[in-house]
Amino acid sequence: MSESNKAANTVAAAAVARYRNNFLKEVEERVEDGDMVKMCMQCGVCAGSCPLGPHWEHSPQKIFMMIRAGKRDEVLSSDSMWMCTSCYNCIVRCPRQLPITHIMHGLAHYANRLGMVPKGQPTRDIAKLFWDNLLKTGRVNELKFSLAMYFKDGFVQGIKNALAMQGIGLSLMKAKRLSPMEIIGGHKCKDQSGIQKMIAKAREIEDRRRGALA
Amino acid sequence: MVAYVCAGCGLGDTLDLKQTEKVAQKEGKMQAVKRHDFLCSAEGVQMIQGDIDNDGVTHVMIAACSRRAKTEAFNFPGVAMSRANLREGVLWVVAEGGDHDEVRQEMADDYVRMSCAELKRMKVPAGNPDADTSKRILVVGGGVTGLTAAIEAAETGYDVVLVEKTAALGGWAAKLWKRVPFRQPYADPQPTGVAELIARVVGNSRITVHLNSTIAETAGAPGRFKIKVAQESGAITEETVGAIVQASGFNTYDMAKLPELGGGKPNVVDQAGLETLAVSANGGAIKRADGREVKSVVFVQCAGQRDEEGASGGVHLPYCSGHCCATSIKQAMYFKDANPEVDTVVMFTDLRVPGMAEDFYRSAQQKGVTFTKGKASKVESTDAGCQVHFRDLILDEDASIGADLVVLATGQVPNSGVNIELVEEAEGEKKGAPEAEAAVKPISILNLTYRQGKDLPQLKHGLNDSHFICFPYETRRTGIYAAGPVRRPMDMLQATDDATGATLKAVQAVENAAVGRAAHPRSGDLSYPIVRLEGCTQCKRCTVECPFGAIDEDEKRFPVFNQARCRRCGTCMGACPVRVISFENYSVDTVGMQIKAVDMPDEFSERPRILILACENDAYPALDMAGLSRTEYSAFVRVIPVRCLGSVNTIWVTDALNSGYDGVMMMGCKKGDDYQCHFVKGSELAHYRMSKTDDTLKQLGLEKERVMSFEVAITDSQKVAALINDYAAKIKEIGMSPLKGF
Repeated sequence: MSESNKAANTVAAAAVARYRNNFLKEVEERVEDGDMVKMCMQCGVCAGSCPLGPHWEHSPQKIFMMIRAGKRDEVLSSDSMWMCTSCYNCIVRCPRQLPITHIMHGLAHYANRLGMVPKGQPTRDIAKLFWDNLLKTGRVNELKFSLAMYFKDGFVQGIKNALAMQGIGLSLMKAKRLSPMEIIGGHKCKDQSGIQKMIAKAREIEDRRRGALA
Repeated sequence: MVAYVCAGCGLGDTLDLKQTEKVAQKEGKMQAVKRHDFLCSAEGVQMIQGDIDNDGVTHVMIAACSRRAKTEAFNFPGVAMSRANLREGVLWVVAEGGDHDEVRQEMADDYVRMSCAELKRMKVPAGNPDADTSKRILVVGGGVTGLTAAIEAAETGYDVVLVEKTAALGGWAAKLWKRVPFRQPYADPQPTGVAELIARVVGNSRITVHLNSTIAETAGAPGRFKIKVAQESGAITEETVGAIVQASGFNTYDMAKLPELGGGKPNVVDQAGLETLAVSANGGAIKRADGREVKSVVFVQCAGQRDEEGASGGVHLPYCSGHCCATSIKQAMYFKDANPEVDTVVMFTDLRVPGMAEDFYRSAQQKGVTFTKGKASKVESTDAGCQVHFRDLILDEDASIGADLVVLATGQVPNSGVNIELVEEAEGEKKGAPEAEAAVKPISILNLTYRQGKDLPQLKHGLNDSHFICFPYETRRTGIYAAGPVRRPMDMLQATDDATGATLKAVQAVENAAVGRAAHPRSGDLSYPIVRLEGCTQCKRCTVECPFGAIDEDEKRFPVFNQARCRRCGTCMGACPVRVISFENYSVDTVGMQIKAVDMPDEFSERPRILILACENDAYPALDMAGLSRTEYSAFVRVIPVRCLGSVNTIWVTDALNSGYDGVMMMGCKKGDDYQCHFVKGSELAHYRMSKTDDTLKQLGLEKERVMSFEVAITDSQKVAALINDYAAKIKEIGMSPLKGF
């Protein structure tokens, strides 16, 4: 987390009072499509439509109510938005046309930026590994990505994972879908530093727009 | 007296009309019998009209289709008419084929006999001789409802007397800062427009306004109401009017009854209280009574409302007042529009925004009003303001929230005057029960001189109406129409609609009263109850049972019929034990003779006869509809339509059983709390009276199943056929009546 984000987090957290509009306003300003949260009419159709509904800590209906109730920590550390599979059932059915799926991703992204995601959240972990992998060369290195996944819980577990996946790995190699040579360097895009500059700029713009640097 | 027999619609092909004609002539004693192949054609109608014009025919018997069909063709004002229902009642409901020829012909002949018998006892109704012609309309109440009623009536061309209790017109609406929007885009509160409405009323030369006035007395009947308007000073002005619109409005539910929600504490107001604050803020920041600017406000919905009977409920208003959700949304916008930084929370259990207010709700969400689904349990005073404790119904946990100001949405209590039923109870108990007397305490609005009580009867929860859906505005006092929140809780827009509707009803009442006709639901009926007072035993059953309070008593305790108040249901006729009440074209005799006219087969014929007395409003149309859809039912029934089951005199049932009928079916409308009776109490009274016939049956040595009552709705065309067939099967089971041939 950047220093500025940390500061913003502290300021916002201090200002949040229960059942006030503070956190709702924060969400409106900083979360993608967050300005639609206030239009929820609490009918619960999203909660009933979600195929993963019973496996979440909070349904979208509850998440929206918690935002209005000012439950900042509970919302941002919830696993709910990480469980969304983007099936879009809720968007299709919402009578108020809330882009619920997008809001879920927006909340996940915001929670990640603030570093409030619970430790070991698997969706967040895989996304992070994927993102870091991609950012290095501008291309996804499948071999390194797989290895990073295997070893994310330590060396011994990594060996176990690798052995368990041995058959699949060999088949992929046979089918020329996976090259062992990728371990050294691997394929990359032409202008690596250009990509990284681009991403940095995009982040800067986003931070500015979301008010994180304000 | 001429009978006309139609051979159209297949009647001529299936029935032996020669035989039918012979019955009309020989047994029905018609002076002439004419047949036409297509009686409802212009040519057929011309034949009848010609006879009326040229040969002085005064009584017409038409043997064709149901009395409910072809009413425009067979419309001969000035003559008495009866109709034998051979099409819907016989041809279409008796099974086809030669096997059934005999029973079908018997049925048709019986209906002709019955119609002839009825016709002989009928007179041409002359109209109410006691008609008076005041067409002025009295409007009681000068709020939005009353003002709208007055202006609508005046602009339709009727003079209006408007009586307002306070010193100013406008009612509650005049105290509002703004109103819920009623035009596109339904996004922001709108000006109330009350000042303009008042100006239109004051400037209208047809409208006389009495301020600071109440109604000291209302006497008379539609077309001739005599009103005493009492000024605050004590001066009395007399006015004569034709009809009355009661728009006495509502009061807010007393906050003091809600101490747990902070009623009476500082910084807790009801919605009316907030309007006062908003008016003094005049569009600026809203300040509390102590002068502090409000930065956070919580609206508690359903405060003291929807409190249904239950473990802890039943103390406050049981109903939803309908307008409060939209009103709170509007008031939250007062804050948001002045300063978007103000925290506004609307705490609801079910947000109900009828009409186009759903758009208004969305607009409030756009403006940042927070809607919290929760139930407030307690409001406490704090140093800064209030603390609202509540159950969050989405997150399912107890929570609390602080606010500078709390607004309670307390709902409407109708200003309906005296509950006349409680008065009766209290008098019955010889002024015993103190609770009953306390409940009677409200001041009468109309001060009617009616024997049945000073004010309009209440439907439920103190609301003045007779049926919220089927007969809005039509109270159980003819010529007096309730409109606005006194009839049903509502907002300004609905009150405006209500006023217009009630005014139209009042116009209908004065116009009909002026020519001596019934207003509704038997609109245009010229008959009226005629009583032979020399036979009256002063039993008071007619005065008590009349659902519409049409019958008063004179000093000698004889009934005094106010024809203009009468709705012609005949409940009095059904009630009268000595049968001295009748109508010119509907009497104990017209039905009694039909019952006796039926040709009764003997005990061993295996052809039972079942009499059906069917309410002409619902049951008879249902029977017609059964015919229309060719639903077969037993050919042993003989149906007689009655104005209302309430008009059924027990003598008819006794007569029917004595003359050998094997069973009597009474078909009326749904009764009880969700009644559908067009005359409110008719079917209920009939069922009550019939519950007393068991003893009579026992005396006659008959099974109690020989007389049964049924509830039939107009849509029950299939059910009614099943009821008949089941009953016919039951009669077969218990056997033929032993009383035949005496």
